[in-house]
Amino acid sequence: MSPKTLYDKIWDAHVAHEAEDGTCLLYIDRHLVHEVTSPQAFEGLRMAGRKVHAPDKTIAVPDHNVPTTAGRDDPEQMPEDSRIQVAALDTNAREFGVHYYPVSDIRQGIVHIVGPENGWTLPGMTVVCGDSHTATHGAFGSLAHGIGTSEVEHVLATQTLIQKKSKNMKVEITGTLAPGVTAKDVVLTIIGETGTGGGTGYVIEYCGEAIRNLSMEGRMTICNMAIEGGARAGLIAPDETTFDYVKGRTHAPKGAQWEAAVNWWKTLYSDDDAHWDKVVTIRGEDIAPTVTWGTSPEDALPITATVPAPEDFSGGKVEAAKRALDYMGLTPGMKLTDIEIDTVFIGSCTNGRIEDLRAAAEVVKGKKIKDGMRAMVVPGSGLVRAQAEEEGLAEIFTSAGFEWRLAGCSMCLAMNPDQLSEGERCASTSNRNFEGRQGFKGRTHLVSPAMAAAAAVTGKLTDVREL
Amino acid sequence: MNKFETFTGIAAPMPLVNIDTDMIIPKQFLKTIKRSGLGVHAFDEMRYDRQGNEVPDFVLNKPQYRDTSILIAGDNFGCGSSREHAPWALADFGIKVVVSTSFADIFFNNCFKNGMLPIVLPQEQVDLLMSDAEKGENARMTVDLETQQITTSDGEVITFDVDPFRKHCLLNGLDDIGLTLEKADSIQSFEAKAAQERPWV
Repeated sequence: MSPKTLYDKIWDAHVAHEAEDGTCLLYIDRHLVHEVTSPQAFEGLRMAGRKVHAPDKTIAVPDHNVPTTAGRDDPEQMPEDSRIQVAALDTNAREFGVHYYPVSDIRQGIVHIVGPENGWTLPGMTVVCGDSHTATHGAFGSLAHGIGTSEVEHVLATQTLIQKKSKNMKVEITGTLAPGVTAKDVVLTIIGETGTGGGTGYVIEYCGEAIRNLSMEGRMTICNMAIEGGARAGLIAPDETTFDYVKGRTHAPKGAQWEAAVNWWKTLYSDDDAHWDKVVTIRGEDIAPTVTWGTSPEDALPITATVPAPEDFSGGKVEAAKRALDYMGLTPGMKLTDIEIDTVFIGSCTNGRIEDLRAAAEVVKGKKIKDGMRAMVVPGSGLVRAQAEEEGLAEIFTSAGFEWRLAGCSMCLAMNPDQLSEGERCASTSNRNFEGRQGFKGRTHLVSPAMAAAAAVTGKLTDVREL
Repeated sequence: MNKFETFTGIAAPMPLVNIDTDMIIPKQFLKTIKRSGLGVHAFDEMRYDRQGNEVPDFVLNKPQYRDTSILIAGDNFGCGSSREHAPWALADFGIKVVVSTSFADIFFNNCFKNGMLPIVLPQEQVDLLMSDAEKGENARMTVDLETQQITTSDGEVITFDVDPFRKHCLLNGLDDIGLTLEKADSIQSFEAKAAQERPWV
């Protein structure tokens, strides 16, 4: 047999039909659904008189629109358009009989945190969702990517997707990470190097010692942002860390099925002599705590650097950099550590897991946030929130002056009331610093949870290693 | 879905690189449960000021570009979110074709599901079309999917690649789900086999 990559192996195990021109029907093992990209898909089914093909493999949860403030079970708390969308998911989930975690359920949270947490996401699976950050689930060695609403409808109706195979890209992070450097810094550094289009047309497998040594939470942060590098999916081969995380979760296999599953999962790795269409290697030791200065995730630099000038770039990026500097209100040559921050957001499918909250809490423990700072922690799910309260993290955050919110996507994309106002500048643990992403004319600097916590305390972008 | 037919239309230049789907349709317009009516909000934060007045400098607000049906765009068009609201908004505005050196995968895919044609061309040909588009309403281009050709206002002909299956679907206005359901037997036999091999799924 010819050598295969991990992607090749998962792909081959899920081809339900292949046409002569190579167009495949890829079978989908898990379909995650949220309220924003699904109403038109369910409506399409209804109009065509179709059913959900595999309701048992379909999991729905509202996350994008929901308020994160107390008393949100009361629909009156939501603006009318949000309320209609959440109500539509509620009706659709019940009518079509799919698994569902309503706002009132402690398991509710961001769809990409809920899936792994409840054992829906398993190695070797195909996972899709009408959300580009579905790439997150690749941390388990499952082929996971975002789809549009037409494809949501297609998966609901047929449990398959029409696909052509992507190319294979390997991103290797060698060696060990320095103290204070986290998975978020690694993935921002990768995107800074490859650009937001560098992974377009590829599935990326992240490997190397530094990746291997990451927890599942860290691996999810890495794969989550594969899409910011242009790749629809990121993968990390499953290993004992993966199996330990999955074991015992509600929907994970048990007993003899667990043994059988692990035996198959252990075959899921890229063969030594597999073919790669593109390879990027970065030394783990060279990665510093990283922040973004501009309006694209590729605008990433070590915290020790200065704001670049448009002339530092070439091609279309010169104009884009000018526009970004103007939008961000920054002057070339100024130190990144001189940038003053007025808002801090800790949360999102990138960094809203328990390990992220622990890292942030460690920085703020016994300290206060800067006067006038608005800082909030939005746990990724009700279960993460409960665990953080049990571990005393919530108390650390509230004593320091942070708001302690309920679970949801919140200020990552600001579809609910958690938004930046014009000109506000935020250190955010989310994934996109696009213009207007966190609010009209709001300014976003992407950082790790520890760096966000440090900025909350000092009021500036801060090298957490010096705090 | 409507069939994609040969047409002649106005092309607008949008040379900015990395135009993301948040720019194409900001999140406040995603709270809809319909596919239609988003055209008026396309590029909202570039197109209108905070009071809702048109920004005169924005290309699609200029008199000569108000009836644009072809966008000539900078690299990596449509990056970011998977929101299909982006192609819905463009299609509702009247855009049928977007040309760039590269597109984000999900956006590219979403276009075909909505009868739109994204065309990838090398830099020099995008530059040529960009210059042609900058001429304004006199620069009408013709897009012929059957022969895979764009004809500029000067009569210059540029050929482009397109996936044969996607071309077939666009030209005939085919519904993907209907096509897939014709292969229901293959899906069923896959499910039976997978249930044996991976019963835990």
